Amino acid sequence: MMEPTSFDMLDVLCPMHLVLSDAGRVVHVGPTLRKLRPEQALVDRGFLDIFAVKRPRAIGSVAELCAVAGAKLHVNFRDSPQTELKGVLVPGPGRAQTIVNLSFGISILDGVRDYALSAADFAATDLTIEMLYLVEAKSAAMEASRNLNKRLQIARVAAEEQAFTDTLTGVKNRRAVNHVLSGLIASRAQFALMQIDLDFFKAVNDTLGHAAGDHVLQTVARIMVEETRGHDTVARVGGDEFVILLEAIQDRATVERIGRRIIDRLQQPIAYRDQTCVIAGSIGTVLSHTYEEPDADQILADADIALYASKHAGRARQTFFRPELRDAADVRVAPFPDPATVSRLA
Amino acid sequence: MHGLVNRAVEGFVCDSYGEEKWLEVVRRARLEDSHFEAMLSYDDAITIKTVTAVAEVLSRPAKEVLEDIGAYLVSHPKTEALRRLMRFSGDSYEEFLQSLDDLPDRARLAVSDLHLPRTEVHEQSANQFTVTCFDTVPGYGSVMMGVLRAMADDYGALVFLEFIGHDAGVEKLAVSLLEAEFAEGREFSLGVRAG
Repeated sequence: MMEPTSFDMLDVLCPMHLVLSDAGRVVHVGPTLRKLRPEQALVDRGFLDIFAVKRPRAIGSVAELCAVAGAKLHVNFRDSPQTELKGVLVPGPGRAQTIVNLSFGISILDGVRDYALSAADFAATDLTIEMLYLVEAKSAAMEASRNLNKRLQIARVAAEEQAFTDTLTGVKNRRAVNHVLSGLIASRAQFALMQIDLDFFKAVNDTLGHAAGDHVLQTVARIMVEETRGHDTVARVGGDEFVILLEAIQDRATVERIGRRIIDRLQQPIAYRDQTCVIAGSIGTVLSHTYEEPDADQILADADIALYASKHAGRARQTFFRPELRDAADVRVAPFPDPATVSRLA
Repeated sequence: MHGLVNRAVEGFVCDSYGEEKWLEVVRRARLEDSHFEAMLSYDDAITIKTVTAVAEVLSRPAKEVLEDIGAYLVSHPKTEALRRLMRFSGDSYEEFLQSLDDLPDRARLAVSDLHLPRTEVHEQSANQFTVTCFDTVPGYGSVMMGVLRAMADDYGALVFLEFIGHDAGVEKLAVSLLEAEFAEGREFSLGVRAG
């Protein structure tokens, strides 16, 4: 027979233990395990009547149970809540006695809630409290991270919506044009607006592929930046449509010269890998001082009309808007030229 | 400084004095964003600038404000998660005090890049303790004072706290534990998950 003092030792060292008699009956129950079934007297009941052994499988008798001494046991209460516990069984120091030590394992999260356990219910060496601390700490930290990710995602979408840059070419985008244009009009500045459309770009995209097309757009954007001044605005406002805002300019000849240089450079073949891409550009230009009350929509619409006049007149040219063009605005663009025309233009 | 620290200052002002006061702090400290991110890192100067602005906006000494921030951290309903984490340190206020030695390690377990100053607790005589924080940013001791005060209420202990002094990045507090079970503390059960 084990001395009561041994039970006291076991209560401190492993508060979830059971001492069984050779018949498999409970002789003593550790204090924390007692808390799991406060309404029931566990002493004198058969271990296998209280617990079902899940692993090792097919343990139905006390003899079979004693045969797995030292092995990891998985058991659960037969009555509800059927908390799963893990444990190990060893022959006790007393004659014909067996000690089973149990613990919650991963079911501890439910365990502390279901049984209202406190830190005092765990052995001083048990890491359960630290584990519970970690679970809560990590959940709190994870929550903070999740919130951050959510906010960053929202901020990113907002930033993209507010972006002023065309990501493919690095020049400004349509939003930027609207912004700069309304600023120029509000400050009553004198400026010129060029609407530029690439000719034969679709042919490059269709025959040489999108990568070649992208390369052409990047090259075109670079040319426009190089041919304008630092404070001018170059923007890609559509697939192959660009807008240039030339600030502090009222001299038509200067605008004509800049447009000419851009058109000339656009006609020079662009090398892409071992291919050569040939395009051209048409320009429609509006001068702000030709309006009494400049209006952004009007200016853009008029630049468009001038652009189509350039296309209609045979491409690779610049047309300055004049009111008469508005009347001829229903003129359709000339049909796509044959390759012979393309090579001639090149 | 870890974003959690700045975020704590922001939370304290918003939850105790309202969003308007916080926006006043943002303007006075000339902060770039009106809100801090808990999981990002900020320059130390930003934290100091912010706390200074809070003290100015509230017209209160910075030391007092920092102490209130400490108390807010472990007692406000919005920071319940943190209170629970602190309560994991011990069953009684004395155990909690003794466990402050582990506070930096515990903090790092939770958030790996959160570095709190090294803290040592010494029992001078029965129920007399000194808490020493090393390599602190100025004011950490005041925050700690607020935490210790609020946690005493949490455990239901009656304590007397005193700021002994600071010198070259070392801040020292004295804690007299007058009565361990002076009042009914707040409940703490392992199994209830913080909101």
